[in-house]
Amino acid sequence: MMPVAVVLWCIAVLLGISVLAVVISRSPGATPVIYGASLSVSVGALAIALFQLVTAASAPLVTLVLPFGLPWLGAHLRLDALAAFFLVVINLGAAAASFYGLGYGRHETAPHRLLPFFPAFLAGMNLVILAADAFTFLLSWEFMSLVSWALVMTHHRDADNRRAAYIYLVMASFGTLALLLGFGLLAGAAGSYDFATMRTHGHTPAVTALVLTLTLIGAGSKAGLVPLHIWLPLAHPAAPSHVSALMSGVMTKVAVYGFIRIVFDLLGEPAWWSGMVVLMLGGVTAVVGILHALMEHDLKRLLAYSTIENIGIIFVGLGLALAFEANAMELAAALALAAALFHVLNHSFFKSLLFFGAGAVLTATGERNMDKLGGLIHRMPFTSFAFLIGAVAISALPPFNGFVSEWLTFQAILQSPNLPQWGLKIMVPAVGGLLALSAALAAACFVKAFGITFLGRPRTLAAERAHEVDRFSLVAMFVFAVLCLVAGTLPGIIIDALAPVTLALVGGRMPLQTSVPWLSIVPISEGHSSYNGLLVFVFIAFSASLTASCVHLFASRALRRAPAWDCGFPESATQTQYTSASFAQPILRVFGTLLFQARETVQMPAPGDPRPARFTLKKRDLIWEGVYEPIAGAVWYIAERLNHVQFLTIRRYLSLVFLALVILLLVLAIWS
Amino acid sequence: MVVIFDLLIQGAQMASVLLLAPLLTGFVRKIKARLLRRQGPSAIQPYRDLIRLLRKEVVLAENASWLFRVTPYLIFAFTWVAASIIPTFATDLTFSWTADLIAIAALLGSARFFLALAGMDVGTSFGGIGSSREVMIATLAEPAMLLTIFTLALIAGSTQLSTIAAVMISSHVGLRVSLGMALIALIMVAIAENARIPVDNPATHLELTMVHEAMVLEYSGRHLAMIELAAFLKLLLYISLISCIFLPWNLAAPGAGITAYILGMVAYIAKLAIGAVLLALFETATAKMRVFRVPEFLGAALMLGMLATLLLFVSRSL
Repeated sequence: MMPVAVVLWCIAVLLGISVLAVVISRSPGATPVIYGASLSVSVGALAIALFQLVTAASAPLVTLVLPFGLPWLGAHLRLDALAAFFLVVINLGAAAASFYGLGYGRHETAPHRLLPFFPAFLAGMNLVILAADAFTFLLSWEFMSLVSWALVMTHHRDADNRRAAYIYLVMASFGTLALLLGFGLLAGAAGSYDFATMRTHGHTPAVTALVLTLTLIGAGSKAGLVPLHIWLPLAHPAAPSHVSALMSGVMTKVAVYGFIRIVFDLLGEPAWWSGMVVLMLGGVTAVVGILHALMEHDLKRLLAYSTIENIGIIFVGLGLALAFEANAMELAAALALAAALFHVLNHSFFKSLLFFGAGAVLTATGERNMDKLGGLIHRMPFTSFAFLIGAVAISALPPFNGFVSEWLTFQAILQSPNLPQWGLKIMVPAVGGLLALSAALAAACFVKAFGITFLGRPRTLAAERAHEVDRFSLVAMFVFAVLCLVAGTLPGIIIDALAPVTLALVGGRMPLQTSVPWLSIVPISEGHSSYNGLLVFVFIAFSASLTASCVHLFASRALRRAPAWDCGFPESATQTQYTSASFAQPILRVFGTLLFQARETVQMPAPGDPRPARFTLKKRDLIWEGVYEPIAGAVWYIAERLNHVQFLTIRRYLSLVFLALVILLLVLAIWS
Repeated sequence: MVVIFDLLIQGAQMASVLLLAPLLTGFVRKIKARLLRRQGPSAIQPYRDLIRLLRKEVVLAENASWLFRVTPYLIFAFTWVAASIIPTFATDLTFSWTADLIAIAALLGSARFFLALAGMDVGTSFGGIGSSREVMIATLAEPAMLLTIFTLALIAGSTQLSTIAAVMISSHVGLRVSLGMALIALIMVAIAENARIPVDNPATHLELTMVHEAMVLEYSGRHLAMIELAAFLKLLLYISLISCIFLPWNLAAPGAGITAYILGMVAYIAKLAIGAVLLALFETATAKMRVFRVPEFLGAALMLGMLATLLLFVSRSL
């Protein structure tokens, strides 16, 4: 059987599981059955996708046409290298989330609101990737959005969650509308909606620009590009943690896939300025996302904002690839695209891991607010270890995987002085600076996330009484922790696996990495630049353990526990520790006065006055205030005005319809 | 045979940076003392301090976790590995291609990440203040460093330090504005990263302005020794880095005879001495700034790095 058919069967089985879940979800044994079944199907699909990715070069591409959907079109499904890569990302995340759910799901208070939608969500994401015509693509895209909306609504009694879900729904529909219009333009006057025909169309520059804008709105809003990110930090944390992991780690990648599919594959030759636009959006997104994350005290929302940052990094890579491709620099384009795709994979690893960790903390303490946690490293040693690895990896520090993709992106930036356009010449170093800034801010952000949550002394009773979580959750976290290390130390294998994708999309590939001695990675050629994660890891592990054992053997191993020193002035109250807000305050002072319009005021009562001193911090979200509030206000205003149209007589309605018809016919007559 | 010799050279490099690092710090302290007309401790005092600390027992705070105990060794390892890759007296060492300049900066970033975490581990306000300020400084110093690296990489066509050194010594580089800016930015970053005056004061304690010392306040005994040694290594690393890029003379090429290596070593020690004297002079001549002046200082470094990179991008087509 063809791989595409096998994956299709997997999707069908997932939908079947979903139906089964509707029937049995209220029975106590439903949770393990549903997650177990989802797990096995995801593992199957993962195996097929991996097989397809490895053999992509040799296997012939088949398009499966099924008699669904539009009668004259049918449903086209295809599994090429790009789709295979994204299927790997999706099903790896899905399998781990299902496994995590086996343990985490036991604490779920409303499983009947979660279980039916979970497998359907997995099915929807898989189907988007397989789709090879606009109708199937949009249908599955919207299905994915709606099902994930239902998942955000799992705990619908919380008013915040309802608001998050509402905003998500509005943004998702808006995004789909933009994609619908984009596909309409791509299909052209003939209305050929299958991707194979779309590829053959040539487009005028105006159409290209319009399609790019619409795709940036449609896929960008799903991925969380600034300023369309507004729903993401609300909706992702509202869902149960393994669903948050899926939404942040995987669903945003489906959006990235949508962007790549349309802009790199369907739109044909890119213009150079398209690279510039994408670059700028990516750079801004990265910095704005991570600055928001730094200011956050809710652990899950911090992770969601950090997702926005990572999406920014991915789009910087994609923008570079577009710019290089437009100037026929295939090698550099392949490098930039491979960096972006590598980061897609990496982000799915560490963001899932971190959301699993946040979920474990939530289970153990019932808290998402970091200021009410602390000292969990003693009570939850395994969770904190896994979370630490995720934090190091996402901060782009060697020898973990985040550094490799960041390094590749920097190497791609260093290829760009040869670009001929002045706009790009100025934009690329600026974006390089933004990227460097966001990497440094990310490290600060995750020092804070780990330090406040897991280190120090417990700030509340809940944190003090925390306990380690179940084995399933731990295994799911450690799988990703190991993957972070493997991808960081053996990146050459992954880069080689990406070669068919870059060959298909930009017509170039990076040099074969597995033949480089010592398993180093080289972006352009040997002797140019190289990095060897494996050796770095081995050196660090070796020298650290060697030093530790030497010191213990020859110097001293005596150890005494005593109260903390703290300059001789230890404070017993745990409230005196640094909190998330105080930790971020210096950074807020440096970067926040512009972006957040942060204003600090201290009211110090006069000496002898018994009133307490007051410190107030005012922050504003300029994007929300500047973009969304006016739009919402305008919609509200128009709705108010049009309200009376709802209360007309039937005669008036009919005349309205008639009038509309006449006007439309007139327009048509004048048009042609 | 050649392989063994290469490995020996690499080993000599790793040992030399480790052995020279405390001496360098001792030397800087000695010169600073003499500039202030004090006698000052002997230049080999840091070795004595390290040995004394190593022999002492560790007094560990009651709620310190395993991370607190592992961190000193990790920080030391990160810094040592980074320092071993920089060409000090010879280029193209056996493992020099393991990590390029970006990776070296990132390795130091890893060390800082763990040190900042260790500062927060015990849960004291001093640790928190140190970590919080350290990451604030890093958020500006790291991008400035990376932009400087971009500048160098664009001139040399590679991020590999040995290649950069080779290009810098070749005649066709000449004097460039970008290079000057990169040098100034790199020095500013080096001052901030090593917690030197005017950003931080390495000699201060019990003061609310401190950053690095606040983070390591709870450390004692062998743990403190490792952290101190890592700090010594970091200072050596930055001086070696600047001298390898901007004073790349007398670096022994691979396959050169034993005399070349010895000459390289002598030149390297001379470069370190020059760096130490300049640092001591600069530190005696300036006063420490307020913490919230530091962003302006590092912001200038960031802008210089940005400008240098931009100039190179723009001048490529002229």
